[in-house]
Amino acid sequence: MADEPGGPSTVTEDRGPVTTLATPIRLDFNFTPGVAQSRFLMGLADGKFMGQRCSVCSKVYVPSRGSCPTDGVPTIEDVELANVGTITTYCVVNVPFAGQSIEIPYICAQVLLDGANLSFMGLIQEVPTDQIRMGMRVEAVWVDREELSPSLASVRYFRPNGEADADYETFKEYL
Amino acid sequence: MSSPENPPSGSAPRRRPVRPVSIASFAQARNVRQDDHHNEVEMLMPVIAEAFGSISITKDDVDFICSGSTDYLIGGPFSFVMALDAVGVWPPRAESHVEMDAAWALYEAWVLLQEGAADAALVYGFGRSSLGDLNEILALQLDPYYLAPLWPDPVSLAALQARALIDAGRATEADFAAIAARSRKDALSNPNAQVAKDVVASTLMEEAYVVSPLRRHALPPITDGAAAIVLAAGEKAHQWSDDPVWITGFDHRIETHSLGARDLTVSPSTSTAAARAGLFEAPVDVAEIHAPYAHQELIVKEALALGDSVVINPSGGALAANPIMSAGLIRVGEAAARIASGEAHRAVAHATSGPCLQQNLVCVMEGA
Repeated sequence: MADEPGGPSTVTEDRGPVTTLATPIRLDFNFTPGVAQSRFLMGLADGKFMGQRCSVCSKVYVPSRGSCPTDGVPTIEDVELANVGTITTYCVVNVPFAGQSIEIPYICAQVLLDGANLSFMGLIQEVPTDQIRMGMRVEAVWVDREELSPSLASVRYFRPNGEADADYETFKEYL
Repeated sequence: MSSPENPPSGSAPRRRPVRPVSIASFAQARNVRQDDHHNEVEMLMPVIAEAFGSISITKDDVDFICSGSTDYLIGGPFSFVMALDAVGVWPPRAESHVEMDAAWALYEAWVLLQEGAADAALVYGFGRSSLGDLNEILALQLDPYYLAPLWPDPVSLAALQARALIDAGRATEADFAAIAARSRKDALSNPNAQVAKDVVASTLMEEAYVVSPLRRHALPPITDGAAAIVLAAGEKAHQWSDDPVWITGFDHRIETHSLGARDLTVSPSTSTAAARAGLFEAPVDVAEIHAPYAHQELIVKEALALGDSVVINPSGGALAANPIMSAGLIRVGEAAARIASGEAHRAVAHATSGPCLQQNLVCVMEGA
């Protein structure tokens, strides 16, 4: 007989001890980039790469987080970097994963912009995956002027710019 | 209220330092409700520069670095690693981190200095509570099976504790308001305080409840902030100060995470830590108590057996500014500053972590 509404429930079967417990957790955060990273992001909205130079060791960081991680001093000198750089190392992505927005296979590479002492990750296109190599010279391809925003989405991808490969000695410190 | 000659029951054996260690310098950011102009590194850099600069040293003069912070505030992993950019750890040196208030980072550094593994240490804490919802974030420090899934906010848990204190006949809501009024008034002389005002308790009592029996004044402000302390042992302590402020006892203890298994009106872990730190051996002039909620000052004051002549929270305490992950470290710095200025000879600093005073740290300091 079914339980009366609101009445005591009847255990009709032994389902064993509780062995797992799902406790969904979600937190939302604001992101504040700070002074230095804001300069980098606003540079992207202007179609250029902005970095900062350390006054002690003269290294140029892009993006800069406002300090020299080696010397611990504020980086206050802004530096506009070139639109071209060198692939220091790369990965050909063949594995599909949730949320993937690019058709596989594609190339993900660390790009060291000319004049910078820090590489960052970029998407490489317009080159077959079996021709990608360390030392390849690349240039940034930006979105159309009216689509520029303070985001790395302003850079569509990097592509080979046709220059001869960089000498390993010039980028071996940045692997 | 017990006196220093009559310490609370459950006291533990004294644990004496084997090596004198001093609070060589202290600096803190101006505490604000929201700093949305700087990232954590940019917030920390001037604080660390001041901690070094005030005693004319550089990062090369410390051989250990320890920080206290939590990724739950920033919403990103390994934020303490990125924060090291504010120090510049080259050449490499020993570094550690605690996912706790930086008062516990100070303890770790002190232990390392006790062992002779280092002679000087930089300790810092940082956190911006403005980036997320602090009520939700702090709910996640609770036991993950029975409490966290209910998302109890910290104000409600503190209100349960305050209610228990009132029901036990040990405090009234007017007592909470009196503490908040004193804190606000004292904070007027603290340039880094966030909440400072000359206001009488009866005015504060007109505020509405946030969660009964706690009115707004009995709650800590939400604060973005950072702080740093330099510890020095041996010769460095004398090199960097003519009159070093010495740590004469340091300990921390924890109670069960199960709130229902605790008597929330007392703080036995504070008493144990105080006994082991030697607090009860002599009276203190000043106590900096980390009591984010007004009623918690009463509980800690009793656990520390502080007499009525002791000046409590001359900085305004956590009711004047409560930067998560550095508010406890700031208590140590503020107490040390009273000794350095000559206002006090012997002082105690207390830091707390977890819900309803779950974990407590006691640091006893003396002047030369």
